[in-house]
Amino acid sequence: MNAESPRPDQDASERHQLPILNQPSSRRTALKAAGFALGLAAFGKALSPMMVIPENVSAEEFLQQHYKELTEEDKKRIFARLEKEAKEEYGADVTISDPPPIPGVRFGYAINLSKCNGNGKCMEACNKENNHHRGTDQSYIRVLEMSKGSLDMEHGTTTYDHTVPQDDKFYMPVQCQQCDNPPCVSACPIEATWQEDDGIVVVDYNWCIGCRYCEAACPYHARRFNWEQPEIPADEVNGNQGYLSNRIRPQGTMEKCHFCLHRTREGRAPACLEACPTGARVFGDLNDPDSDINYVLKHKRVFVLKEELGTRPNFFYFFDS
Amino acid sequence: MNINKANRNGMTNATAVIGIFAAVFVGVLAAFGAVQLSDPAPDDGLQERAGEDKGSGTAETVDSFPVSIRKPIGPPRVLTGIVDAEGNAVTASCSSCHTTRPAIVATKVSAELDEFHSGMPFSHGSISCLACHNQDDYDALRLADGTRLEFSDVMTLCAQCHGPQMTDYEHGAHGGMTGFWDKSRGPQEKLNCIDCHLPHTPQFPKMQPTFKPKDRFLSPEGGDH
Repeated sequence: MNAESPRPDQDASERHQLPILNQPSSRRTALKAAGFALGLAAFGKALSPMMVIPENVSAEEFLQQHYKELTEEDKKRIFARLEKEAKEEYGADVTISDPPPIPGVRFGYAINLSKCNGNGKCMEACNKENNHHRGTDQSYIRVLEMSKGSLDMEHGTTTYDHTVPQDDKFYMPVQCQQCDNPPCVSACPIEATWQEDDGIVVVDYNWCIGCRYCEAACPYHARRFNWEQPEIPADEVNGNQGYLSNRIRPQGTMEKCHFCLHRTREGRAPACLEACPTGARVFGDLNDPDSDINYVLKHKRVFVLKEELGTRPNFFYFFDS
Repeated sequence: MNINKANRNGMTNATAVIGIFAAVFVGVLAAFGAVQLSDPAPDDGLQERAGEDKGSGTAETVDSFPVSIRKPIGPPRVLTGIVDAEGNAVTASCSSCHTTRPAIVATKVSAELDEFHSGMPFSHGSISCLACHNQDDYDALRLADGTRLEFSDVMTLCAQCHGPQMTDYEHGAHGGMTGFWDKSRGPQEKLNCIDCHLPHTPQFPKMQPTFKPKDRFLSPEGGDH
């Protein structure tokens, strides 16, 4: 150390000291000091996100890993935390589950446009089932009123407020099409959204950074952004919650239709299907040749939305004749 | 010597400062590490998930749960306008009146009637009343070949003319359902024809939408979304 300018009154041991403080200035010590300062600054910068954790986010939640990295133990702990938070913030008793895809099952959904009359009960059922924000009456479904003669959903309107169906209109509910080639998944910069084995495209609400690229990428306008922390009266909170589906989402994250996976992966029908008073909705396993959905695909005039984009939806529309 | 003394103190201070930072650094590393290192075997989760499905959805147990169709209640009864001693409305069966007078096969619309049922809305093709109602037993229905049919089995009657709808119904493509899409995991309940289609005016009624999400895409001003 300090080999350039050893002072005669220093013995050898005293010369071997840390190079920063109270050293005679030299080019080397200056560089070392600068290097140490830089290192310290970088370390501080690396830790700085810890200082800006929002008040409503615990350190544990902030440090939570991606869904695919979580062990069963992690999940148990996280679900317990979420259940506790739901109790504290919403006064509701909830159970969070994480049903896996059923092996060999691939979900398909179809809507009979000859039957749908635009009454909107599906949107309402979605709102209630999926613990949507009541302030905006959010829903994963939009029912479009379309002029007969065109299938261009961009010309559909959603603000109609008259008895339905009108003679010169038809009605087309649009929700996530669970594409096999999902543009939203490609657009996500952090892999917070992906397609599961049963075809359902899911979002890790805790990994999502809310950049909304996926919302812009979706040609079906199917993704929603949580502008606000959802407000739900305690007695209206649906306590049957899936971690990747209808649990109460944090503010600032993206969400979308997940085919009610907390229901459908248990064998039950989606909420919007059960709510439909016209029986326009058909749901089932595309891999089962005898399923309802395959009957529709084999016997009806079926089309998919915006087929030309190559998104390969698992969501279909059909007419009776 | 003073300089050396200062040097020593300075060195101690520097060591302490660095030591504190090192401790913080190690602590933070441990905090991060705790989340990552607590994963003893990454595959455990997958096995657990796959294991949960044992005993359900296997090929042998397919369709072990029934599809139940809500049956309509038996023969309809007509309000007489009389109330009994307990305050309950007195109703009469169809046959109470219809056994006392001859059947008129030609009647096709309620407007042709002058005593009873005259105001009843009817819009179901140009079929005669007795195409469905049984002139030999008004508490039952009648198939096209004359076979007597209970009111509760009305779907068989409907299916005579509406075969394609019945075929769709049997395959889950007409009429709604509740319960389980996967019949190996739970039962399914379906409605019958007359739950949605009134027999005399079967066209599905008009509705008024009651629920409108208020997201920006839906705002009447339109514009960007």
